[in-house]
Amino acid sequence: MATTKPPAAAPIPSDGDELAGLDALSVVRQETESLPSRFRRKVLPPLVAIAVALGFWELVVLLELKPTYAVPPPSEVWHTLTEQWSEGNVQAAVTNSLRRGVVGFLASVVIGTVIGVIVARVRPIRTAIKPILTGLQIMPSVAWVPAAIIWFGLSDATYYAVVLLGAVPSIAIGLISGVDQIPPLFHRVGRVLGASRLTAVRHVLMPAAFPGYFAGLKQGWAFSWRSLMAAELIAISPELGLGLGGYLDIGRELNDMSWVLSGIFLILVVGIAVELIVFAPLERRMLRNRGLLVETR
Amino acid sequence: MATFDLSPSGRRSGGRSEIAAATDYAVRIDKVSKRFDRRSDTPPVLDEMSLDVAPGEFVALLGASGCGKSTLLNLVAGLEPATSGRIEVPGGPAALMFQEPALFPWLTAGRNVELALRLRGIARDERKVETQRLLELVRLGQSYQTRIHELSGGMRQRVALARALAQNAPVLLMDEPFAALDAITRDLLHDELTRIWSETGLSIVFVTHNVREAVRLGQRVVLMSSRPGRVAREWTVDIPQPRRIEAPEVAHLAGVITEDLREEIRRHGHH
Repeated sequence: MATTKPPAAAPIPSDGDELAGLDALSVVRQETESLPSRFRRKVLPPLVAIAVALGFWELVVLLELKPTYAVPPPSEVWHTLTEQWSEGNVQAAVTNSLRRGVVGFLASVVIGTVIGVIVARVRPIRTAIKPILTGLQIMPSVAWVPAAIIWFGLSDATYYAVVLLGAVPSIAIGLISGVDQIPPLFHRVGRVLGASRLTAVRHVLMPAAFPGYFAGLKQGWAFSWRSLMAAELIAISPELGLGLGGYLDIGRELNDMSWVLSGIFLILVVGIAVELIVFAPLERRMLRNRGLLVETR
Repeated sequence: MATFDLSPSGRRSGGRSEIAAATDYAVRIDKVSKRFDRRSDTPPVLDEMSLDVAPGEFVALLGASGCGKSTLLNLVAGLEPATSGRIEVPGGPAALMFQEPALFPWLTAGRNVELALRLRGIARDERKVETQRLLELVRLGQSYQTRIHELSGGMRQRVALARALAQNAPVLLMDEPFAALDAITRDLLHDELTRIWSETGLSIVFVTHNVREAVRLGQRVVLMSSRPGRVAREWTVDIPQPRRIEAPEVAHLAGVITEDLREEIRRHGHH
């Protein structure tokens, strides 16, 4: 056995200048972009695309390719929209649908996350349940509407059931695939640092799985929103309060194409707004924090 | 067994030396064997390997690829059970550094270090101060808020070192931590590691397949045989620190050890 000498007490006469120089040479600087340049690059192109689409629509109307009851001009749709706004129908439909969608989606996040963590981490449960989840994810949840009406009648519970069945499988499966993509080394680091199984879920598993989880959340919201619209088209009752699906259905009954188009426009706008206000900033932050944001110019 | 000192100041106060006084080893590996498959016709990865590491000692563990160096560290860190034999780490669980920094990309450099303190149950205010101290120890005092992807490979490995030190373990296991770095960075990190080792009084087991690196760093160089893995030979390095990796004494001893390492590898060519 070798003899061990105590470590030398005097620190090494290195002042760290070399290391500091090396650090300075290797650090990546990120340039910041001015606001007008950002606007030109990010906001202007979609605005131009919308203007072109509206121009094309207007052109179709002016050329009288179709009768105006089938393709009304944009101005007429806008008129219907402002008229229904002043009667309060637009606000009611948007808030009712958003409330159902958001409440249903948030409940789905809680349920889907719990299911996802358990299925991802417990081997026998995974073997048993993963195929069922995949099947449910592929299945359009509108197929549940008749069943939901029989179970819950014409109530908000019908809508929530359909939203849940649409979103929970996507969220759970997104989380599972996020967990599957965690580098095994991260789990070992967690154990070396002394994390218990439960603290590891919070400090390692969930943040490490977040990219996949986030993709599941986005898809879950998309599925919630579409299945809710379908359910609102099918299950209509005056006590339930008008939703965007119901708003569409009124237009169909009145045979009023500009009403129908204004409904489609509203559904589209809500979808885009949720993406821009909720998901896009979250996604950008996640990617930027992890150094995954590739800016294409 | 001594209880593990949880206070961040324990590193500097008497806590460590009391633990050290309790036993004359920081790590004891006693006739440890490890087999991954149950079949007995293949040689085990480790076969009755024994090795003691003294408190405050720097051991460089050298061996060819596949000799079970990494497996041994995993056993000492408690990530895997040994098939037979005993491993004692009297000061509590050992810290472990990998070849990859394995920092969490969703946290800043400082937060990565802080997480280790948090998992030890240290209060928030104390964590901030201790994290800053550890970052300064690895000369990254300015990088608390820096994102991992903005750091160079060498800086990442220093954050990983700070995180390992945050565990306040008396033993630090290092699994080829500088193997993926360029030569200039590696030389500087050798200086840094030697400095930090002498400032903290840690026991370090440093696994490498680079003979010069082993001689540059270790007080003792232990050569492992391959399949089955056990201690083949060992050398005490009497060259005073700080050593330079290109110094003639280092080169000379490295030459002697390389001969043995090559002999060890050649032995496997005959089968």
